[in-house]
Amino acid sequence: MQEKEVLYMKAVELENIVKTYSAKKSTVVAVNDVSFSVNEGEVFGLIGPDGAGKTSIFRILTTLLLADKGIANVLGYDVVKEWKTIRSIVGYMPGKFSLYQDLTVEENLEFFATIFNTTIQENYDLVADIYKQLEPFKTRRAGKLSGGMKQKLALSCALIHKPKILFLDEPTTGVDPVSRKEFWEMLKRLKTMGISIVVSTSYMDEAKLCDRIALMQNGQIMKIDRPQTIVDEFGKNLYAVNSANMFRLLTDLRAYPQTESCFAFGDKHHLTMKEDNPKMLNDYLTNAGHNDFNISKIEPGIEDCFMQLMKI
Amino acid sequence: MRTLIFLLRKEFLQIFRNKLILRMIFVMPVMQLIVLPFAANYEMKNILLSVVDNDHSEYSRKLINEFTSSGYFILSDVSPSYEKALKVIEDDKADLIVEIPRGFERDLVRDNQTKVMISANAINGQTSGLAVSYSNTIIKEFNNRIRAEWIQQPRLNPLPVVEITSNNWFNPKMNYKYFIVPGVLALLVTLIGFILTSLNIVKEKETGTIEQLNVSPIKKYQFILGKLIPFWILGMFVLILGFLISFIVYGIFPEGNFLIGFLFAGIYLIAILGFGLLTSTFAETQQQAMFIAYFFMMIFVLLGGLFAPIENMPDWAKYLTYINPVSYIIEVMRMLVLKGSGFTDLLKHFGIILLFAVVFNGLAIFNYKKTT
Repeated sequence: MQEKEVLYMKAVELENIVKTYSAKKSTVVAVNDVSFSVNEGEVFGLIGPDGAGKTSIFRILTTLLLADKGIANVLGYDVVKEWKTIRSIVGYMPGKFSLYQDLTVEENLEFFATIFNTTIQENYDLVADIYKQLEPFKTRRAGKLSGGMKQKLALSCALIHKPKILFLDEPTTGVDPVSRKEFWEMLKRLKTMGISIVVSTSYMDEAKLCDRIALMQNGQIMKIDRPQTIVDEFGKNLYAVNSANMFRLLTDLRAYPQTESCFAFGDKHHLTMKEDNPKMLNDYLTNAGHNDFNISKIEPGIEDCFMQLMKI
Repeated sequence: MRTLIFLLRKEFLQIFRNKLILRMIFVMPVMQLIVLPFAANYEMKNILLSVVDNDHSEYSRKLINEFTSSGYFILSDVSPSYEKALKVIEDDKADLIVEIPRGFERDLVRDNQTKVMISANAINGQTSGLAVSYSNTIIKEFNNRIRAEWIQQPRLNPLPVVEITSNNWFNPKMNYKYFIVPGVLALLVTLIGFILTSLNIVKEKETGTIEQLNVSPIKKYQFILGKLIPFWILGMFVLILGFLISFIVYGIFPEGNFLIGFLFAGIYLIAILGFGLLTSTFAETQQQAMFIAYFFMMIFVLLGGLFAPIENMPDWAKYLTYINPVSYIIEVMRMLVLKGSGFTDLLKHFGIILLFAVVFNGLAIFNYKKTT
């Protein structure tokens, strides 16, 4: 084992992984020739919409699913041949993390500790930060906890056996913004303890919090890099435009011959132009009869990059 | 071993926390054993009788007396004509019509023979069949009695007669409760072992906790044993409770060895738990599991020999009962409780149920591997 750790510095390695599901007549390619690697001690994010293939990748890496093609390693162990070893060193929190609703907080944690042949006391320091917040409710049944509390308990349960690597499949879906923020702070702390983390999310704002991200779409990876690098490589000036009539504005902007891309982003439309000339746009919109409109140059976010990549 | 103990602890914790199920486990045997045997009465009493007496003679009155004094019939209606009596049946106020023709006594005295018509309401085939057969017996007895009055008995019977007297072995008083209680007990054990197990495992699938267990070093056999053992204990507990109730309420005490009964039920439970496990590998939701379980329970009960005797079934149904584990435990329970059969008498049953246990659990484990 010592030898292996020296040999492999990668926490996760995937090479040309393919996974297809066959429905009645059609086959769905969930993961299409995906390769990437995760360095030890980094927070790696899989970013993509629902159905991008994130969960399939997690299930392959946690040995729950066999890939059709390709090789995958977790901490140097092959997911097919050495699945037994992998199961005792990874922590997995599925998208629908489930606790025993009729057991108390403490009983849940104790149960997950014992099935990994350990005890709460043994690894208490690892979960202490998170579990301290739960301790006042430790005799409460898990089913009676709030959403954020449930998720903290779930993370504690996934951590209690001191995994070397943590797989979190959409851990913050359906959790309130405050709890989401707290959750990411916990992940940062875990990182300092030397635990590698692979996390998936469909919230673009969470992407910035990862060390590196992979943007996924339709089972393929579009780009892998640091979030800042991806943003820097956007390569175009991005403008936010808003006016009194947003719907008409969108149609008009899309009809504008100089428009390269235009997407609705909440209360503004994000726009890139072939010829970077905001003044001309100003005139165009005035002629189109828009008043109170506002054009401002903004910094692109991950979501803008995602949209740009999707278009190609 | 330590892991298994913790799995068991968790399982019992969950069972004891599920107050409704826990109460049901106590209430079900008590209710079913106390109520069901009284309701599932094979003896027909209180058959409502409608009489159409067109003769109004001494003999016709005697015949009617035979009916009413038999204890099976209640004279509920006397109609002047058959049509009127039929109306009474249509109104569901009578089950059987006995029509005595005009000149009943005269024909009987003069011609030595006459006829009586019996019409039964056959909406419930079982009731009508029994009512007609009771009537036949009553009329035959009536016949014998008047023959005895008329014929001067010679010293020797003019015709050789074989007299039949019957003796009901193992249940001399033909107390149907002795017969049905062991069967109900067998069904209860089945219910616990089969339905509760499959629902429990499917629940883990439904909530997704099984996924977590799959990504842990927990071994397949540990998981399966962790599921089977608690329900095995629960099943055995219900069995003991059931024997206690049947002793207190009905005074039924097994003629045979208690231990053999428990040994058999123990193996039977392993088989049935295996079947529950097999069901759970097919079902994705508790709803599906419940439906599959209900489907099989109905077949198990109807082809188990509890209500309809297996001997009366057509051949194809008989073959089906051979692969119905419930039919074996019902038979063994009866043999043990009523007949006092020993281990050697039950060797065949032990062998078959052991085979069931191996096959069901084998299939379940095989299929369990495939689906996860």
